[in-house]
Amino acid sequence: MSDEPDALPHFVSTEPWLPSEPTAPVRTRSRIPGWWARLRRHRLAVLSGAILLALYLSTLVCEVLAPYAPDSRHSDFIHAPPQAVHLLHAGRVVSPFVYDTDESLEMSTLQRIYTEDRTRPEPLRFFCHGDRYRFWSLIDGDFHLICPAPGGTLFLLGTDRLGRDLLSRLIYGARVSLTIGLLGVALSFTLGIAIGGFAGYYGGWFDFLIQRAIEIIRSFPELPLWLALSAALPVSWSPLLVYFGITMILGLLDWTGHARAVRSKFLALREEDFVRAAMLIGASPARIMVRHMLPNFASHLIASAALAVPGMILGETALSFLGLGLRAPIVSWGVLLNEALNINAVVLYPWLLLPAVPVIVTVLAFNFLGDGLRDAADPNA
Amino acid sequence: MLNYAIRRVLAMIPTLFAISIIVFAIIRLPPGDYLTTAIAELEAQGEGADPQKIAFLRQAYGLDQPAWRQYLDWAGGLLHGDLGYSFAYNLPVGAIIGDRLGLTVLVSAATILFTWAVAFPIGVYTATHRHRIGDYLFNLLGLIGLAVPNFLAALILLYAANAWFGLSIGGLMDDRFVGQDWSLAKLGSVMAHLCVPVIVIGMAGTAGLARRLRANLLDELDKPAVAAARAKGLSPLTVLIKYPLRAALNPFIADLGMLLPQIVSGSAIISVVLSLPTTGPLLLDALRSQDTQLAGSLLMFLAFLTVIGTLLSDLALAVLDPRIRLTGGADR
Repeated sequence: MSDEPDALPHFVSTEPWLPSEPTAPVRTRSRIPGWWARLRRHRLAVLSGAILLALYLSTLVCEVLAPYAPDSRHSDFIHAPPQAVHLLHAGRVVSPFVYDTDESLEMSTLQRIYTEDRTRPEPLRFFCHGDRYRFWSLIDGDFHLICPAPGGTLFLLGTDRLGRDLLSRLIYGARVSLTIGLLGVALSFTLGIAIGGFAGYYGGWFDFLIQRAIEIIRSFPELPLWLALSAALPVSWSPLLVYFGITMILGLLDWTGHARAVRSKFLALREEDFVRAAMLIGASPARIMVRHMLPNFASHLIASAALAVPGMILGETALSFLGLGLRAPIVSWGVLLNEALNINAVVLYPWLLLPAVPVIVTVLAFNFLGDGLRDAADPNA
Repeated sequence: MLNYAIRRVLAMIPTLFAISIIVFAIIRLPPGDYLTTAIAELEAQGEGADPQKIAFLRQAYGLDQPAWRQYLDWAGGLLHGDLGYSFAYNLPVGAIIGDRLGLTVLVSAATILFTWAVAFPIGVYTATHRHRIGDYLFNLLGLIGLAVPNFLAALILLYAANAWFGLSIGGLMDDRFVGQDWSLAKLGSVMAHLCVPVIVIGMAGTAGLARRLRANLLDELDKPAVAAARAKGLSPLTVLIKYPLRAALNPFIADLGMLLPQIVSGSAIISVVLSLPTTGPLLLDALRSQDTQLAGSLLMFLAFLTVIGTLLSDLALAVLDPRIRLTGGADR
């Protein structure tokens, strides 16, 4: 563009433009319907999307969903196994209940033995008052969707070494684990689009520098680098700061892939006629990039964002699992899995492995959804 | 070819230089150093540390020098094969990591071989049997392999082997071989223990590679050369091998640059879960205890491993693909 001489100043007529006939507002055909229809053909992607939506909605109200507060300890029920919900008692169908559990200590191995007392059913309560909490750390409350019988217990997924209900902690952990993925991807995406966009649009030495930087960052094995960076987070930081610190670490190292994709797209689009037209009209580079170039592959970007989230969630899980990411008092799926790092504990109390289930479900769902979105964005691929 | 190889090797130097600066910056990020932590601990226990020894260590390991000077000493030492001194173990880093470097390379190399050996038949089969039940089956398996986090898979396998078969699949050799000289029996034991980590680490890479091979092969199978070969009456196998398969094989070499960081990352965490005597658990400990020089050397080694791997894959690709050595660079 720049090699054309500036022969004449740009001429813009200041005359008011009076069309002979009133123009109808231009109806832009949205890309959404066809895209949506193609996505809906992917049953698995739609199902995954629904699961993810439910999971994310649950993080909004986890205080109400969880039967217990995440830190309420039950010292009589340390490493208690999951309790089953029954409907039949003494041959009759009754409202859902669990049996009372008795604890005894095996003196030779010092292992706690829990036995169901089949004579004492404890009916569950619904829409009830239980452990107190501060909803979103703002409003006091004690309303729960489901509670144990008065004086009874309800450990659907067992308890941990301090007698805390695993199900409640899983529900609370979703809040941290799921949002860290979204925040991290938002960060890495913004960086990737901005850096890759400028590199692709302007080219030259900036592009060269960025390319080299990307090569160097990508030649690092990801996990050791994450580990080293999160080991550098000061121990004195508050849980919230650590949370944002980990998000930054995950996001700041992940932009390279997005930057590469955006750059190569921009390099190709820069030569298109409509971009040249926009340049000639005098649109600013930022407007050309955001208004004219980005929409061309926005659907691809959405798909690759969906595919990038599980990497982030796994990153957090892996770091916390190894004890270098989030730390207690924060509850995240990785922090919960940290207890499963000791295989001897897992053999005795296999339910400690359960936090792996939501991680795998979430990661699979994001992958299926991302695949569906990608196919929907580009039907020819 | 020689020209290309020389240029490629020279291009590695600034990369390694940049990586060493990054590694050095990262390991110096935490406030304080190992000595200050150790002194504080000793004083908290009421045992004053010997000030002379501290002063000596400070001077010997240059902790009183400015940062750039420390970097030069450290990087210079690396070039001479001096990996530094581990404060936590009170030993030179070289003495601690000895075997572990070799075992890390062994695990990584075995994983790559596994990835190739498994991805190749699956990729060819699914491409030639498109839309058959086997294709869908492998596709689903591949999706799961891509998505299931490897350390969780390792954890579950470890539990399953222990709970159902009473096997302990951790470690990289039987206990009786630990610390022994290498022998045929020890090698056999290592090979047997390699299976689980290699499968777990290679899972995602295998699935990805098989997908890539399938997609590439499908593209190549549509080309006129294939139709012509078939029209000439060549057998299906010959048609497949003669042209499309050769052209579709590129990702096996080219993706190595992408695969290696993934494998090194994976092996680091899997080693912690399965307690393999590779560099992963050592790195974790070193980072936790702020054992700067040990952590730095390990990070540098892991990065070096991937850079060398990428170099080898680029060279191999240049041998295979004349377009790359003539235009002077892979334009991926």
